[in-house]
Amino acid sequence: MDTPQKIANGAKPWIEQAETPFIRISNLTKKFGEFTAVDNITLDIYREELFCLLGGSGCGKSTLLRMLAGFENPTSGRVEIDGQDMANVPAYARPTNMMFQSYALFPHMTVEKNVAYGLMRDGVSKSDAADQVADMLNLVQLSEFAKRKPEQLSGGQRQRVALARSLIKKPKLLLLDEPLGALDKKLREETQFELINIQESLGVTFIVVTHDQEEAMTLSTRIGVMDQGEIVQVGEPHEVYEFPQTRFVADFIGSVNIFEGRVSADATDYVRIHSQEGDCDIHVSHGVSCTENQKLWFAIRPEKLTISREKPRGKFNFVKGVIDEIAYQGNLSVYRIKLASGKIVRVTKSNRARHDGDAFSWDDNVYVSWDEAAGVVLAQ
Amino acid sequence: MKKNSWFVTIATTLGFAFLYIPIISLIIFSFNKSKLVTVWAGFSTKWYAKLLNDPQILGAAWISLKIAFLSASLALILGTLGALVLVRFRRFHGKSLLSGMITAPLVMPDVIIGLSLLLLFVGMEAMFGWPAGRGLTTIVIAHTTFCMAYVAVVVQSRLVDMDESLEEAALDLGAKPTRVFFDITLPVIAPALVSGWLLSFTLSLDDLVIASFVSGPGASTLPMVIFSKVRLGVSPDINALATIIIVVVAIGVVIASTQMKPKKVS
Amino acid sequence: MSKTNGISIGRRIFNRIGTYGRSLVIGVPLWWLIIFFLIPFAVVFKISFAESLIARPPYSKLLEWKDGLMVLKLHLSNYGYLIDDDLYILAYWSSIKVAFFSTLIALLIAYPMAYYIARTTERRRGVLLMLIILPFWTSFLLRVYAWIGILKTNGIINNVLMSLGITSEPIVMMQTNFAVYVGIVYTYLPFMILPLFTNLVKLDNSLLEASADLGASPITTFFKVTLPLSMPGMIAGSMLVFIPVVGEFVIPALLGGPDTLMIGKVLWNEFFSNRDWPVASAVAIVMLVLLIVPIVLMRNAQQASAGASS
Repeated sequence: MDTPQKIANGAKPWIEQAETPFIRISNLTKKFGEFTAVDNITLDIYREELFCLLGGSGCGKSTLLRMLAGFENPTSGRVEIDGQDMANVPAYARPTNMMFQSYALFPHMTVEKNVAYGLMRDGVSKSDAADQVADMLNLVQLSEFAKRKPEQLSGGQRQRVALARSLIKKPKLLLLDEPLGALDKKLREETQFELINIQESLGVTFIVVTHDQEEAMTLSTRIGVMDQGEIVQVGEPHEVYEFPQTRFVADFIGSVNIFEGRVSADATDYVRIHSQEGDCDIHVSHGVSCTENQKLWFAIRPEKLTISREKPRGKFNFVKGVIDEIAYQGNLSVYRIKLASGKIVRVTKSNRARHDGDAFSWDDNVYVSWDEAAGVVLAQ
Repeated sequence: MKKNSWFVTIATTLGFAFLYIPIISLIIFSFNKSKLVTVWAGFSTKWYAKLLNDPQILGAAWISLKIAFLSASLALILGTLGALVLVRFRRFHGKSLLSGMITAPLVMPDVIIGLSLLLLFVGMEAMFGWPAGRGLTTIVIAHTTFCMAYVAVVVQSRLVDMDESLEEAALDLGAKPTRVFFDITLPVIAPALVSGWLLSFTLSLDDLVIASFVSGPGASTLPMVIFSKVRLGVSPDINALATIIIVVVAIGVVIASTQMKPKKVS
Repeated sequence: MSKTNGISIGRRIFNRIGTYGRSLVIGVPLWWLIIFFLIPFAVVFKISFAESLIARPPYSKLLEWKDGLMVLKLHLSNYGYLIDDDLYILAYWSSIKVAFFSTLIALLIAYPMAYYIARTTERRRGVLLMLIILPFWTSFLLRVYAWIGILKTNGIINNVLMSLGITSEPIVMMQTNFAVYVGIVYTYLPFMILPLFTNLVKLDNSLLEASADLGASPITTFFKVTLPLSMPGMIAGSMLVFIPVVGEFVIPALLGGPDTLMIGKVLWNEFFSNRDWPVASAVAIVMLVLLIVPIVLMRNAQQASAGASS
């Protein structure tokens, strides 16, 4: 078997399909009584991927992760890891390890003992284990804290102990449940990159559960967006951001303006939508499979909109409104513009100059316009 | 803002005085020369000498300690099992029955527990010939039954507070369920086990009513002997006994509280 | 493949031990309590319908074979006896009265103490809590005994009062209901303080600040905010005192006089002095019925506070 190209070097096995998927989840369902936590999920994940399961609380992402770890038994469906069916494999015999949201560090053991625990269960000799633990603590920069108890560590240090402990057995698959959730913002940003570095250097496949879309975008090779037990979209970060397939995804990831409208002209290379609430006609420069007069939604990100005092040329792709609110955020400003229908449109504008003499102000009458390829048309 | 008013402070001071004046008077008069427990006649330790040469008291104390040790240990096992079952097992036949029964002895008047167990033992003896007569065994069974309720409550609350992902983490790192129990669960709930055992031990040492019902000839516990002496009036050697108990307990409590103090994060 | 099989076989064996172990783990405490807690009540219930005999055991059988027929003989006379003889009704009534008032007094003493401990500095709180718990670990019997020395006619209080010239005659306190109240409140005070404390310590100080900020005086804040919020603690503490006091035997026996009627003492005498086991059983059954309401109340309060804290 020839070695496939590394994901770290830019390979995309999910497109090339040259490799057999490392993890195959097929028709996986989990019910708790009447409640369906995970609803018929089918998903392939490739070796060395850093896959994020992204969704709000109660969307089923943690349950899915716990089924992979073996803490929950699926109601139906199948999980395969590296070609091996996991159905009868208990949690302690699976080639996976997990990093818990609460870190779950054993309070009565030192850092060293915590990290060594997995090795001892595998019957690794004391001296071998000590060497491996020392290397691992070195990797996560905790060597000097080896003799401490978890309660004597800071949040960030505990997070790294948890990571070290879950990596020490060199699992084929590492499951991370909200790995950065308990850290403050600044530490979280630093740790994100550390996590990516460790993942790339060890070549372990990661599945990360998170509710933080920024974290998912930064970390992952691909994101699976979950809602009500289902995976609603799988894609690379820029795909789910720029080409959301549903209004839920568009709205969940980043900020978005959505105009409801009906198809007024449908051609092979363009489509036109008339929106009542925007009082505008939208021209989209690519074909969309739809029928005349069908109800559709046009979604566009705030940073892809431009504000002007003058009416833009042409008949399409602008709306007229009044500036209702301006939020200055330093690097950019967010404008809330109220249309005649009462609808609010959000526009962001980066603050390039330190002082803008011609800045917009409250109650200014303005036009908001966009490029014909800047938004997406959504059917649901 | 978080200051107590003078009224609350005075009431609290009086409350503590109420709690401790009897105990202090017990201690002081244990060193009294006179047989009168209430009039000071000079310092003496003769009552301690008398106490330590009283075979009845010493014998009863030995019996009580044996019973307390056995009941506390049995109650620890049974109560811990009960707590584990109630917290960790999802559903089984008799779960609500168990949870109802396990805490009921906490509030049941002693006279009822004592009477009901005695009638059971008498009935069992008539039917199966066991337990033959009453004594140490029957007292241990009775004490175990009401002490396990205390153990269960203490252990249960510790188990509920315990992060379940600790056990999952151990499982995930390759430990089998039994191993997880001994490596993780047991050490984490250990403080609760210790206090459950100690609580049971003292409750058993302290019980008069239940033991009086289920005891038989030759198995007089310390509280039973004290009760029969005290009924006849005050006697300074009982003060000496009380002082010894108080000192032992106080030392134990102080040690325990300094040991269990959480270490500060550096 | 062999590895996969190994795992699944291993798991199967483990599962078998697992189910066996599981029923053992459940069965041991469950059956212990069924045999030594539940069945005894059934036995008491049964014997309360028997007739007192001078025999071993000193009661009649309910089921008997007579001419090839099984005869069930229920003697309701024991319960009739409880109603006919004033002694029992008075004893029940006076037990409930004593339990009620001592609970009330204990609550009044315990509340400021619990409040103080909950709001004092962390250092002092630890010490004070230890001082509350400490007597609880020492002998209950000996603490009751201590009061004899204090209350009796030539006891500490009378000695002090007479030497100060406040009274010339000693005041009779021992063998009165006063002594019983003192003894009960004294022994059960920690049971009232601890649940109250656990409740009050959780009280968010910002609620009190908010109340003050909105113009309430400290006294109004106490009655409108603190007191209602500490209700679960008050109920739990009150039940922990009330229920066992109703059946209390040692305190009335040591500190009370011949006219101190309490049902625990009556049951004891019925059993040990009169050796009338059926009547003692009937007394116990009626006591249990009377206590069902407060016991249920307490369980609810406990569940409510457990739910609130999680």
